Amino acid sequence: MDTLLNICIYLPLLGIAGILLFRNNETAVKGVSLLFTTATFLLSLPLILNFDPAAANSIHYLTEGAPVLEGLDVKYLVGLDGLSLLLFMLTTLLGPIVVLSSWDSISKYLPGYYAMLLLLQTASLGVFASLDLIIFYIFFELSLIPMYFLIGIWGGKDRIHATVKFFVYTLVGSLIMLVGLIYLGYDAGAAIEGYSFTSDWRFLSSGAYQIGLVEQTYLFLSFALAFSIKVPLFPFHTWLPWAHTEAPTAGSVVLASILLKMGTYGLLRVCLPLFPNAFLEFAPLMATLAVIGIIYGALVAMVQKDVKKLVAYSSVSHLGFVVLGLFAFTSISIQGALLQMVNHGLSTGALFLIVGMIYDRRHTRMIEDFGGISKVMPVFATFFMISTLASIGLPGLNGFIGEFLILNGTFYSDMFNTEVFVILGASGVILAAVYMLWMYQRVMFGPIKHEVNKKLNDLNAREVGLLIPLVIFMVWIGIRPVDFTQYSEKQVNQLIQTSTEKRAAVIRQARQEKLPGWAHSLYDVKKQMAQNEKVLNQPGWDEARSLLQHPAAVTRSQTTNKSTR
Amino acid sequence: MASTDIFVVLIITLPLAGFLLNGIMGLSSRSFREKKGFIGLVSNLAVFIPFGLSLLLFFNMTSGSEPVFVHLFNWISVGSFGVDIAYQVDQLSILMTMVVTGVGAFIHMYSIGYMKHDPGFWKFFAYLNLFIFAMLNLVLADNLLLLFLGWEGVGLCSYLLIGFWYEEMANSSAAKKAFIYNRIGDFAFLIGLFLIFKYTGTLNITEVLQSLEAMPHEVKVAVGLLFFVGATGKSAQIPLFVWLPDAMAGPTPVSALIHAATMVTSGIYLISRMSAFYVQVPEVMIVIAAVGALTAIMAATIALTQYDIKRVLAYSTVSQLGYMFLALGAGGFTAAMFHVVTHAFFKACLFLGSGSVIHTMEHAEHELHEEGKDVHFDPQDMRYMGGLRKYMPSTYKTFMISTLAIAGIPPLAGFFSKDEILVMAFNSGLGEHAGALYMALWVIGMVTALLTALYMFRLTLRTFHGSFKLPQVFDEAKGSEQYLHESPSSMTIPLWVLAVAALVGGFIGVPNFIASTFTHEAAHINLLHDWLHTVTAGHKIVLSHATEWLLMAISIGVAVGGMILGYKLFNKDRGEASDESLAERFGVMYEIWSEKYNLDEIYEGYISRPLVRFSDRVLATFDMKVLDGTVNAVGGITRLFGSLFRYLQTGVTSNYALALVVGVIIVLSLLMI
Repeated sequence: MDTLLNICIYLPLLGIAGILLFRNNETAVKGVSLLFTTATFLLSLPLILNFDPAAANSIHYLTEGAPVLEGLDVKYLVGLDGLSLLLFMLTTLLGPIVVLSSWDSISKYLPGYYAMLLLLQTASLGVFASLDLIIFYIFFELSLIPMYFLIGIWGGKDRIHATVKFFVYTLVGSLIMLVGLIYLGYDAGAAIEGYSFTSDWRFLSSGAYQIGLVEQTYLFLSFALAFSIKVPLFPFHTWLPWAHTEAPTAGSVVLASILLKMGTYGLLRVCLPLFPNAFLEFAPLMATLAVIGIIYGALVAMVQKDVKKLVAYSSVSHLGFVVLGLFAFTSISIQGALLQMVNHGLSTGALFLIVGMIYDRRHTRMIEDFGGISKVMPVFATFFMISTLASIGLPGLNGFIGEFLILNGTFYSDMFNTEVFVILGASGVILAAVYMLWMYQRVMFGPIKHEVNKKLNDLNAREVGLLIPLVIFMVWIGIRPVDFTQYSEKQVNQLIQTSTEKRAAVIRQARQEKLPGWAHSLYDVKKQMAQNEKVLNQPGWDEARSLLQHPAAVTRSQTTNKSTR
Repeated sequence: MASTDIFVVLIITLPLAGFLLNGIMGLSSRSFREKKGFIGLVSNLAVFIPFGLSLLLFFNMTSGSEPVFVHLFNWISVGSFGVDIAYQVDQLSILMTMVVTGVGAFIHMYSIGYMKHDPGFWKFFAYLNLFIFAMLNLVLADNLLLLFLGWEGVGLCSYLLIGFWYEEMANSSAAKKAFIYNRIGDFAFLIGLFLIFKYTGTLNITEVLQSLEAMPHEVKVAVGLLFFVGATGKSAQIPLFVWLPDAMAGPTPVSALIHAATMVTSGIYLISRMSAFYVQVPEVMIVIAAVGALTAIMAATIALTQYDIKRVLAYSTVSQLGYMFLALGAGGFTAAMFHVVTHAFFKACLFLGSGSVIHTMEHAEHELHEEGKDVHFDPQDMRYMGGLRKYMPSTYKTFMISTLAIAGIPPLAGFFSKDEILVMAFNSGLGEHAGALYMALWVIGMVTALLTALYMFRLTLRTFHGSFKLPQVFDEAKGSEQYLHESPSSMTIPLWVLAVAALVGGFIGVPNFIASTFTHEAAHINLLHDWLHTVTAGHKIVLSHATEWLLMAISIGVAVGGMILGYKLFNKDRGEASDESLAERFGVMYEIWSEKYNLDEIYEGYISRPLVRFSDRVLATFDMKVLDGTVNAVGGITRLFGSLFRYLQTGVTSNYALALVVGVIIVLSLLMI
């Protein structure tokens, strides 16, 4: 099975070779792309079917290579666990869908276009599967390149500005993260016998390795900034509307459904388990930005004149929910956030496909150019309505489950000591209905104002075919979310427990040492202790509580004072 | 599975199956859309069979039966949070199920005739079935989250059906308005759910009601108010009721089913379902009663001034829902449910009757156009009607019966239920909590009863009595009487069924004191009280028999007085003159009423438009100019530095070496200091 995982990651790359082989035959290029992405999806199915959520070790299908250099524990390390499985599956599912969505709408440099889509597929799958942070970083950066070209070559009229902004903005974040990563690697390497550097996530996230408060702060900020730009969290979101509006349909779909998730996924994968004290202390700030994003994104979306831009701003709003759920740090809210990443991928992906379909027909995305489309395109209207309803969180569809779990879990959380975040966040539910239904009304209802719209053709079989799988999952997740959350349940609980224990150990350490003044005022030791007690006092966690009272053997004594002299 | 389980599953899933069949087939096949007989049959069976099954369930239950829980599957299970798709059949939910499927079934039947010529016939019936499915989830759910699913589901169907004729922009605006106002209520509902889960750790209704002591009192107050705000959205109360009159843009059967008989009573059902909780927060009960009574009188005054017959009925619905909330707030949960049931009968009948009238008026307009006459009028405006009783006797008779019922004329259905509500208000007026306030609310209730009789007789008399006004308004419409006709029997049969129910439906709730006055011992002639006593809590009546008789006499007096007043004012075929005399008598007040208290303008002008303007001018500009501008500026500065530093790269090695040496000196000197 571990071979199968690697096949799934690299099969799209092999597809590029196929494309080069048939590069003069357009149909063959499209056929090869479809074949390889479909094969990837089919081959990935055994991965989820054989995934045992109850297994003691949550990491499945592990491939562990040898360290690349002596003394440097950087190795090829991929596997799937409860945090990555669903996002990995979402990526393989969307592969054939984005290929099919481009079928008739792309005519320029065809082989290059499909090669970029396939490269993007491998990079995205790699991000979700890697368990070594250097490998993670490489895939993370690799995903930028095909997207840069997709927007820059096949985009709309402002594509250059959009793609440069997208590329430079996210790259700046990533470079800061790289600095943090290198520091982290050496710091952790010192803790292992025989190595000077390690980026093995299993070790970094385990209770055996702790980072002092001061380093945690710097490291958290460097990683969180990179991920926040990627999410994008308010106020780092301004590249997103540009990139979305200018990208070709398939680019927008991958960008919204998968690339943005790398940000929230990174927060969960790296920031939460590695920097638990900083995660707690910065939670109110991050939650504030998230809630501002929810409301601000919705209000700005409301007044957009371009449908695609509207959907782009709605992403800012929706991902605010995800970030809020992560930083609320409860099992319910984190799992809600994980599910909401998938949900957003499905419903916003569908919405971008839908906008693309109408754009292919009319070559405009302006709301005022439409009106009354329901009359001529009833099938289109139905899919559009279902995706809209999923997006505004109607119970029975996927979006509601995610939003409800996030808000309910956040309300239940004692991270913030206030209900304001949830109440303001929940108002996003009203605003979502306002901006989506208002847009839907202006595009789909009323009399047909423009003569050209009277002759629009309804969706063809290909278009229906690529929306149906998305709708199936929207309904499935809405009615039986248990089928999906079962994969994350165990690991999220473990993650919370381990992080809390680590936090306790670091705080114990910190109390014995002298912190610099700013760190002293930033880290409210009492609050952190109280927080640990609360989490660990939950039923069933007696073992963890005893750990809190008796210092674990493996606590490192260096750290705190080293970097601040 | 026990037979109850199978019955419940069928009751729930048949409407869903009807929706899926008609919806998917209709969407994918053009020829299917023309098979109207088949579509109508399928969707009617999908409601009539559940109606039959719910009757069977009902006859197998007694007032002492334990609730039956039907567990289908685990819905959400995450961390410590879990809810199931599970249903609860008890005396309250089976009562609502019978009302929903029963009234729903006959409205389905009526719709076959009403929608016969509509090209969206298939879609209409698919939506109606979906509505029944969502409504059944709402009333049968055993947990609050599934109830919420039904709650938003009926809101969706309401949205889809109000905007059914979407080519008219006004209709889809009304639909959107309904959805958004409901969402505001749902937002409060959601926060209430979060609070309940935080303190009790469950959303299962039975478990929540058993663990109420886990909630501090102020949390209970908050939850009580939040659920009530949710109810003001769905059940159209102050301040969120403005969507309901606009919702009349939908086809008339929709108004009857969703916006009169069933969906809008969801809020009352929710609070009755939670009655054991609400009796613990008397301060919230006061708010509910006060909002209910104020809504009742406010909507009744507006109803008096409207000309669109459906709008009159819509405001009347808002007003009657206000009565129900008054009952809830006075601790009369059973009284409120009683009024839910009787109101479903007579208001559905009134709406279907108005649909029948509109149908024939549209037909007349259509025929006039066929003749080549250029006559345009609003087929819902009572100013063009009058004298219709000659042409549509069944519609007239059933409409009149329902009018008498809603006006509270004994012994029709509305008399008993409204009387009980007023008794409960009076009863609370003698209680310890805010007695004077409840007394005032009782007076408001009485005044509203008078107004109800008045506006209903205005509506009925101006529509059916006197002479036909259309030919008097338009010269060209002379002789248009010939086009007026009674509706087909598929429409009149449901009218008669509902009219009979409005006639005798009140006997399920005849007050016990009537019997016990004569037998001198505790009597049990109030079937509904017996039926619901295990599921709903509520206040005891502390009044003496004499007081109860007196109250009944007063309420009969008020109803009959309102009826006589209505007759005197509107039965002389004076047309506009009678309304003008009303306007003169009430002066400014009448203007406020006919302007609907300007609530729409206030919301538009002070909330929605400023918000859009703020988002457009401030936020969107801020986003593009300030946030994105900063990003661009940072990029620009970087480029500027880049172009400056370019000059440093001279390519001369000795320059670089010099710089290196200078750098080393600086670093070393810094280290040594």
